[in-house]
Amino acid sequence: MKIRLDQVVKTFDTFRAVHGVSLDIESGQLVALLGPSGSGKTTILRMVAGLEYADGGHIYFGDQDATDIPVRDRGVGFVFQHYALFPHMTVAENIAFGMKVSKTKRSKSEIATRVEELLRLVKLEGLGDRFPGQISGGQRQRVALARALAVDPKVLLLDEPFGALDANVRRDLRRWLREIHDELGITTLFVTHDQEEALDLADRVVILDQGRIVQEGTPAEVCRAPNSAFVMRFLGDANRISANVRDGRAYIGETVIDAPSSSDGPIDIYLRPGDVDWRPEGDGISATIVRVLDRPGGRRVLANVEGGTALEFDVPPETDVRSGQHGRLLIKRSRLYPA
Amino acid sequence: MKRNVLPGLPLSLGITLFYVGLIVVLPLAALVFKAASLGPAEYWAIVSSPRAVASYRVTVLSALVATAFNLVFGLALAWVLVRYRFPGRRIVDAIVDLPFALPTAVAGIALTTLFASNGWFGSLLAPLGIKVAYTPLGIMVAMCFTSLPFIVRTVQPVLEDLDPALEEAAQSLGGSDSAIFVRVILPLLMPALLAGLSLSFARSLGEFGAIIFIAGNQPMETEITALLAFIRLEEYDYQAAAAIASVLLITAFLMLAATNLLQARALRYTARS
Repeated sequence: MKIRLDQVVKTFDTFRAVHGVSLDIESGQLVALLGPSGSGKTTILRMVAGLEYADGGHIYFGDQDATDIPVRDRGVGFVFQHYALFPHMTVAENIAFGMKVSKTKRSKSEIATRVEELLRLVKLEGLGDRFPGQISGGQRQRVALARALAVDPKVLLLDEPFGALDANVRRDLRRWLREIHDELGITTLFVTHDQEEALDLADRVVILDQGRIVQEGTPAEVCRAPNSAFVMRFLGDANRISANVRDGRAYIGETVIDAPSSSDGPIDIYLRPGDVDWRPEGDGISATIVRVLDRPGGRRVLANVEGGTALEFDVPPETDVRSGQHGRLLIKRSRLYPA
Repeated sequence: MKRNVLPGLPLSLGITLFYVGLIVVLPLAALVFKAASLGPAEYWAIVSSPRAVASYRVTVLSALVATAFNLVFGLALAWVLVRYRFPGRRIVDAIVDLPFALPTAVAGIALTTLFASNGWFGSLLAPLGIKVAYTPLGIMVAMCFTSLPFIVRTVQPVLEDLDPALEEAAQSLGGSDSAIFVRVILPLLMPALLAGLSLSFARSLGEFGAIIFIAGNQPMETEITALLAFIRLEEYDYQAAAAIASVLLITAFLMLAATNLLQARALRYTARS
């Protein structure tokens, strides 16, 4: 089912949460709404679900205008951040709920068969008789997904699905959700504030800030070509260095970077921690190491460059770096945004 | 001995048990002791006398009706207070506690005045042939009044803590409002409702002050059990008073035990595996 948002607006009291958002989600795609808290991502998701009504604009499911269809008739599966499992029902009863209250009558055995099928799909065979309070967080989230899938939704919506889980469980569930999506091919929209989650999981990422779409594209597009300093900063660690542009060249002290499309004047240069090379001497920006942080995959160096700007960069684990050391930084890649 | 992080267990437990013993257990034990000083045949004769049985009937029936009434309206009141914001909500919320604060005799007199055949309500009901004051109906009204807060105050906090996402989840799964209420909300409120019900019913069984003014107190018709025990006391027949009171006590115990069992059943999902 293709979903189209056309100039959707939502205001709470005096606070405008969503400013005229338009978005196309192709049938069968897995799309992430990514943004900091307060960016309106959950509100957009809830409007697609019908849990909030849009104050303006339209939401289309396929060719049908779904803007005013209430949630119970919209045919969406919604997975809540804190699972929202019915605590007084067993896992099997939770999954069966949608089928039991449905207008289309199903026989008991039909429901039981479907529940078994879904328990198998979410790899929880044998746990049907447990209550939600008796299983782990990761298992609860899978029950929540099975429950949402039980009513054969046209669209699957997930609100921070892995937000309350610890890092390892999160990574496993992410892969697993992707597998389920590929198996069922259901159009899926999920909300997250975790860049890694969005980039790992989604076909397309929609980045939001203050109720507006800032950038949308495939993970490769938004990673390789962030269209603003906000996206650059939001997607991962980024260093900012102020520079001046004269005649298509940006000057950081003595160091020069090509900036063919920038007009003269002040500019911000953004660097990822992996965008610079460290060497004890030679060309480049001179820097003094302040601190070295050891991480499993390498060493993160905190340094001050000339002019006093703080900078973080990564070096391979075997590099000999110590605090207090002086050296040079060679810029391999950089992105320039107007200051 | 196992070391405990929380301080003060022996002292606080000691004081608490002493207090419960002094204030609750001792008087009840005295009551049972007094009743037990009767022989079994004598005891049975007193508690099964036609007048006593008639008082049980009117007391229990009225308490059942009053509790059922409060179940519906107490739940509705709690629902409205929790779910909606309207001007005067805090005042309504405060008024709920009034039957607790008011001396029950005052409540009884006020209700009698209202429901007497020349009172504000009584004069409206009289043409319809409904008599409230000095009938079992009056007993029910008084019981409703004094036990209303129990259901509201037990259900209210649970309703407040109910995660709105549960209802949203049920809606997104296609549940109608009535299906959501019956299958999701009501089962989750059940433990609190049962607690409120048992308190409300127990209070109604034991209510005295508010009822004697409005009931008319006709033996065999509108005489409640607590009043009968009081009358026996007035006659210095302490043993008979204790015998009748012990029936109330046993009923209250049985009912609390039954509600505890039901509550445990309603809460079985919270048990850890």
